[in-house]
Amino acid sequence: MEPTVKSNIKTEEYFINMGPQHPATHGVLRLMLTIDGEIIKNVEPDLGYIHRSIEKMCERDSYQQIVHLTDRMDYLSSHINNEAVCLVVEKALEIEVPERVKVIRTIIGELTRIASHCLWWGVMGMDVGALTTYFYAFRDRELINDIFEETCGARLTMNYNIPGGLMFDIHPNFVNRTKEFIAHFKTKIPEYDRLLTGNVIFQKRTKGIGVLSPEDAISFGASGPVARGSGVNCDIRKIHPYSAYDLVKFEESLQTNGDCLARYNVRIQEMWQSLSIIEQLIDNIPEGDIKVATKAVIKLPKGEYYQRVETARGELGCYVNSTGTKNPYRFKFRSPGLSNLGVINSLATGSKIGDLVAIMSTIDIVVPDIDR
Amino acid sequence: MSYFSDIYNGIKTLLTGMSVTGGYFIRARKGALTQQYPDNRDTLKMFDRFRGEVVMPHDELNEHRCTGCQKCEIACPNGTIEIIWDRGIDEDTGKKKKKIDQHIYHLSMCTMCGLCIEACPTDAIVWAQNYENSVYDRAALTKVLNQPGSKVKAGIED
Amino acid sequence: MIETIHNWLYSIMPEGVASITEMVLIATAYLALFALAGLYLVYFERKVAAWFQLRLGPNRVGPFGLFQTMADALKLVSKELTTNDRIDKLLYNLAPYFVIVAALIALAVLPFSKQFQAFDINIGIFFLLAVSSMGVIGILLGGWASNNKYALIGAIRSGIQTISYELSVGLSLLTMVLLTGSLQLSEIIEVQRTGGWLILQGHIPAVIAFMIFMIAGTAETNRAPFDLVEAESELGAGFHTEYSGMKFAYFFLAEFINMFIIASIAVVVFFGGWLSPFGITDEITWFPQFIWFFIKVLGIIFLMMWFRWTFPRLRVDQLLTLEWKYLLPINLVNMVLMAIIIWLNLTL
Repeated sequence: MEPTVKSNIKTEEYFINMGPQHPATHGVLRLMLTIDGEIIKNVEPDLGYIHRSIEKMCERDSYQQIVHLTDRMDYLSSHINNEAVCLVVEKALEIEVPERVKVIRTIIGELTRIASHCLWWGVMGMDVGALTTYFYAFRDRELINDIFEETCGARLTMNYNIPGGLMFDIHPNFVNRTKEFIAHFKTKIPEYDRLLTGNVIFQKRTKGIGVLSPEDAISFGASGPVARGSGVNCDIRKIHPYSAYDLVKFEESLQTNGDCLARYNVRIQEMWQSLSIIEQLIDNIPEGDIKVATKAVIKLPKGEYYQRVETARGELGCYVNSTGTKNPYRFKFRSPGLSNLGVINSLATGSKIGDLVAIMSTIDIVVPDIDR
Repeated sequence: MSYFSDIYNGIKTLLTGMSVTGGYFIRARKGALTQQYPDNRDTLKMFDRFRGEVVMPHDELNEHRCTGCQKCEIACPNGTIEIIWDRGIDEDTGKKKKKIDQHIYHLSMCTMCGLCIEACPTDAIVWAQNYENSVYDRAALTKVLNQPGSKVKAGIED
Repeated sequence: MIETIHNWLYSIMPEGVASITEMVLIATAYLALFALAGLYLVYFERKVAAWFQLRLGPNRVGPFGLFQTMADALKLVSKELTTNDRIDKLLYNLAPYFVIVAALIALAVLPFSKQFQAFDINIGIFFLLAVSSMGVIGILLGGWASNNKYALIGAIRSGIQTISYELSVGLSLLTMVLLTGSLQLSEIIEVQRTGGWLILQGHIPAVIAFMIFMIAGTAETNRAPFDLVEAESELGAGFHTEYSGMKFAYFFLAEFINMFIIASIAVVVFFGGWLSPFGITDEITWFPQFIWFFIKVLGIIFLMMWFRWTFPRLRVDQLLTLEWKYLLPINLVNMVLMAIIIWLNLTL
């Protein structure tokens, strides 16, 4: 219960700009806060500081070239973004990619998810004030990046997928390194729990803060861990399996409380689930080709195509409107970040500045994904 | 009573957290992950697929494999590659033949997507693993990949 | 040697002038010493933090990076002093001095060893408490005068934090004063020469008092997990957002000297000050006792750093809940407990 204080002293609400340059906004997001003392009355996100008109650039580019642009959207799940574009092109061309490609895509996608959640965990700790988490998370994330670098040639913007398959085969060390990483990371998640999850200060900072009801989650179009923290079944991997997700057994991590801690737990569980998915697939990568030959100039048949995938942040949808030429007429991304950011006002209103930081962290925004 | 159990549990979780960081502190000597970068230049080795920059390998006869087909130029999303080409008389056959004059590569515009190397039918361009690409003058990032006086290796086009 | 200088000064000058000169000399010596000590605490903190975080820490400037903080200080001195528009010039410029002066005054009464104490007054602890809470005025002024909303929020947080936690620091020390029967710091240490360190003498209540003192002391110095005043992920840099160069360095140095002071108080009141453990160096007359003092202080400071690099930050209302609902009632009960123990003569 909020205590009410009656006094004759007049208080005044005031505006404060959080960002575009602010440690807690994870990039160039500007939040216009209306604050009464420490209590937030209104949050208004102001977007567009890193808008690069990727969708417009897609209309200029060929379908092979579009793939590399999606690296720059949600750079933490760049492989999954690439996969989304490739899947929609393959869908339109009605290509069935080889099993090997599907499995490799899934493994690397899950590694990407772990890497993204690792970074999120480190930054989450940092946002609530525990700086050390950042370094522990990066230690583990670095191993994944090494795997990527060895196989794909880049650590972040990998561009490993091409429409029709993969650019080249996995590196001979890939399987061993991934197994080593799984063994290593299995000992580290419990450590994450001991360091941060169980910590009484952290629990107080997140439990019951920023509660998102399932209805709100659906009406704002939230997806990914944000919606799953409120108990909304929305895992695309589960409800519309793509690539090799129909071959593996995994649980959709769900929490019902809808608060920051629930969203936090969803992500921690997702890391476990991703590990289990990789474990199921890593020994069973089928032999075969790594790409289906496509024409040098891909022309999609006239029509509209849509494909969605589950990135580390939620549902990424790719909509293509093709007129039959080598460039799309319209390429639209339904990015998870933008819809997830929509909930921030209803979550943060009435809470304190410190809570807003925790809420922002658990929404896990990547600003280039919001602006595109 | 929950008042006291709260205190007890609180202190317990705090100590658990401290034991994690304390453990790393004690093992700090072995566990430091810092890469002392400029010092470890000699031992630092990139993975062989690492995308440093695009280069055109030449053999000892100063011959490269580029036929000037311009597929890389078309594949590049950013206009990073420009090929200035010419038609010359082939000495063996006497026919007119396309040959490159300059294969220009703007490293400053390159996003390391690798599409040019995928597109190249003759494997004339490959990734190099050098990672120290910063220069003081932006113009130095525009490179001509084919060496002066080089020519295309015979028989590549077949 | 000190005796010689003292006599020499009084021999060449009239008494008044000589005593002033002497004071100035002592002050200069202290300033130089603690500017240096502050710098090396910064180095210590950075090294400790690095080891917690699997890093190496400063290792470039000088052997093991020992001169790193010197270089940083030099850099800060040479930096431009930027200011904001429409600041309150006087208060803005005054604030850093308030903070650093308050921190330095407190050093005067700290007993580093039997001889090494500038000012042994009979209300030592009282003086320390009074002076150490003065620093917050500087923070409030700095936040207010900066004409920056983040700085203002930081300053106001600092105000509520210091007002609240001052109580706990005072009460936990009072609990121990029950045991010593004196506020004079040298007396408190002498008590421990015979009966063992106070944390052992007073068994459970003393341990509780120590824990509360550590929590409240950390809060008093505005360090994580109580660094709401700076809270870089919330407020950018908090109250010193608009300060640069040497003025920022003053705030920074003051934080570390305050940490040193809180640790020193803990050492004096709980761990026997400059007394060696089990009197192992009591017979060795040439052994400088202040070494024991500094070792203990470093131990306590390390504990505070361990807190800082492990725990998340509290929220501002949780900060107050912790103080008023937990620390303060426990503290009061603890004090009664201590009184009973002394009354029943249960002390060791």
